[in-house]
Amino acid sequence: MVIDDLIEIAEKERAARKKHVVRCCMAAGCMSSDSKGVKEALEKAVKDAGLEDQVEVRGVGCMKLCCQGPLVQVDTNEPGATVEITTGNQGPLYQRVTPADAASVIGTLKGGKTTVQCGDPKDPFFTEQFSIVLANSGIVDPERIESYIAAEGYQALHHVLREMTPKDVVDEMIKCGLRGRGGAGYPTGLKWATVAKTPSLQKYVICNADEGDPGAFMDRSVLESDPHSVLEGMAIAAYAVGATQGFVYVRAEYPLAISRLQTAIKQAKQQGLLGSGIFESPFNFNIDLRIGAGAFVCGEETALMASVEGKRGAPRPRPPFPAESGLWACPTLINNVETFANVAPIVRKGADWFAGIGTEKSKGTKVFALAGKITNTGLIEVPMGTSLRKIVEVMGGGAPDGGRIKAVQTGGPSGGCIPADALDTPVDYDSLMKLGSIMGSGGMIVMDETTRMVDVARFFMEFCMDESCGKCIPCRAGTVQMHGMLTKILARQATVRDLQKLEELCEMVRSTSLCGLGQTAPNPVMSTLRFFRQEYTDLLKKDLYGGPNGNGNGEPKPAPTA
Amino acid sequence: MGACRLCLVEVAGIPKLLPACTTKVREGMEVQTNSERLRKYRRMTLELLFAERNHVCAVCVANGHCELQTLAYSQGMDHVRYDYRFPKWEVDDTHPLFGMDHNRCILCSRCVRVCWHIEGAGTKNVSGRGAKARIISDLNQPWGTSDTCTKCGKCVMSCPTGALFNKGSTVGEMERDRGKLEFIVTAREKKQWIAE
Repeated sequence: MVIDDLIEIAEKERAARKKHVVRCCMAAGCMSSDSKGVKEALEKAVKDAGLEDQVEVRGVGCMKLCCQGPLVQVDTNEPGATVEITTGNQGPLYQRVTPADAASVIGTLKGGKTTVQCGDPKDPFFTEQFSIVLANSGIVDPERIESYIAAEGYQALHHVLREMTPKDVVDEMIKCGLRGRGGAGYPTGLKWATVAKTPSLQKYVICNADEGDPGAFMDRSVLESDPHSVLEGMAIAAYAVGATQGFVYVRAEYPLAISRLQTAIKQAKQQGLLGSGIFESPFNFNIDLRIGAGAFVCGEETALMASVEGKRGAPRPRPPFPAESGLWACPTLINNVETFANVAPIVRKGADWFAGIGTEKSKGTKVFALAGKITNTGLIEVPMGTSLRKIVEVMGGGAPDGGRIKAVQTGGPSGGCIPADALDTPVDYDSLMKLGSIMGSGGMIVMDETTRMVDVARFFMEFCMDESCGKCIPCRAGTVQMHGMLTKILARQATVRDLQKLEELCEMVRSTSLCGLGQTAPNPVMSTLRFFRQEYTDLLKKDLYGGPNGNGNGEPKPAPTA
Repeated sequence: MGACRLCLVEVAGIPKLLPACTTKVREGMEVQTNSERLRKYRRMTLELLFAERNHVCAVCVANGHCELQTLAYSQGMDHVRYDYRFPKWEVDDTHPLFGMDHNRCILCSRCVRVCWHIEGAGTKNVSGRGAKARIISDLNQPWGTSDTCTKCGKCVMSCPTGALFNKGSTVGEMERDRGKLEFIVTAREKKQWIAE
């Protein structure tokens, strides 16, 4: 494979474009409401209408507005355009399509009418998005490498291999200011530089796709919609740090993402974009998949590496950091899916372009999975520094049925709840940290007035308790005790002393746990205590010192009858 | 390991607490080992351990020779403020020489490490996670039916509490010979194997 071959594939793909493209979402969300049946029905309808030479039915990745799936969008191509689909030529977005609707949707291309629910592509949910990571999502066919190549795919890898030294690539990553999208926000360039300068005969690159936060589905969507962008990012990273072997660690709960990745890796190897002597350079790089067995803690980098090595998925103390001693004690670069997906666009468009997006300390965009009590559930990508209010109220459409938003939970079980009156906070790593929450991997759960915050805290504590690996005592035994205290509070059996004990234990677990899971497990409790303390104290027994003088509902014991 | 978090220390200039057992000493390091905060956390960690399983010293084979008990004494832990969980764990009495009482296990995994790294038998392991984690033999089978166990007894020698014990010992009788374990590990280097 040389650059001419790459351009030839892209040209061929563009030349084969038909007048209309009917894009049908084939990501896990829409697949669960039979988008596969819809796609087959659409193909049949095209055949029946005799439009095969004018209409292409394409299975694509996530089209973002997951709550209205299955989604189908009908676009008209401008002949000769390099970019296939722009906001200019986007046609109607049909929602909640059933296989029975297919004929009437295709009928509109012949001037017919359809009664299928049709959304507005000019809705703020779409127009306020700024796509870097999700640029190809919903446009390219994730199961065909040609489709990705036609969207300028693998050009960044060619540029890097043929025109840049590894040091140039690392410098570019430092300059662009990209920070790790897994949650902690460690500067990606610095991490790459550390791995690059650690001398070793063998180095590894790992992509962390063990997304386990309740309500988060960004990484899954990226892998299902655009797996090649992650592979390309990993290959560029491998060249920059000097690695020859990569692993993608995906959780077993994502079967579709796994199969798309397998297809993508196979196709990339066939085209010579992975393997030995990529683009006729001396650079070799292979990627293998490792499937997680369902432990949340394996998202922690040291536990993940133990799991890749075939050991029990338990974290170990750092230092040494993986960048110095990771997989099989070799220097290992470990980044999140979204971080890798950012790499190719940065190389293609330049570090300065990327550094111009976002805020001073948080560059670029962030993908969020909007879920919970919100009108528009789905995926959004916005520049860093966008206010929570804009995300939730303008793009998300606020709480459904006229409800009022009470809080927004970010960062999953490691994050916290941000109250409604702090919605004007810009979303970036540091502002969220100040509010006692974290950016996390991008799950955003919206809660309305009917949500009880103590319930929320207990839900997340139960999650951490079940997912603790059991290695260190504060996390293993502490989460059990905190969960017990929260249950006691909810049963109106607790006193002021119990609340004090809970706060003390939160502080202790946070300071003494071995890994991130334990250190952040008290966050949901601490942040709800900070902003919604009243809800806790309302549930306490009035008697300061407790004792068996209530009926468990906070009501005083009835006076003894004579 | 760095798992029990009892040896956490404060190092000047580092906001996090570091475990003394896995942190390398550096020139000019300023370390606090016994501050008010550390003592408080240590006591709390011990309380969590005592509340987690059924540690009843009065009926324990290791009473008086128990590391957990000694630590609790030394940290002045005279009561437990957390609710005891009272879990129902079984006792594995199938081995001809030794017994395992999961009620007294603190999951330090010393037995696992000694079995894999010193004896090289690989009988002991940890299964499950969180509060449900437990020490198993081979493929989670009764210890007595294990094919790999060499009956060397190193796990029993290494156990800090009364979880692993010699059969036939009763309350307070389970004394452990740590010296023997150390001898096995270092004798070759010190040339103690060779008879004079």
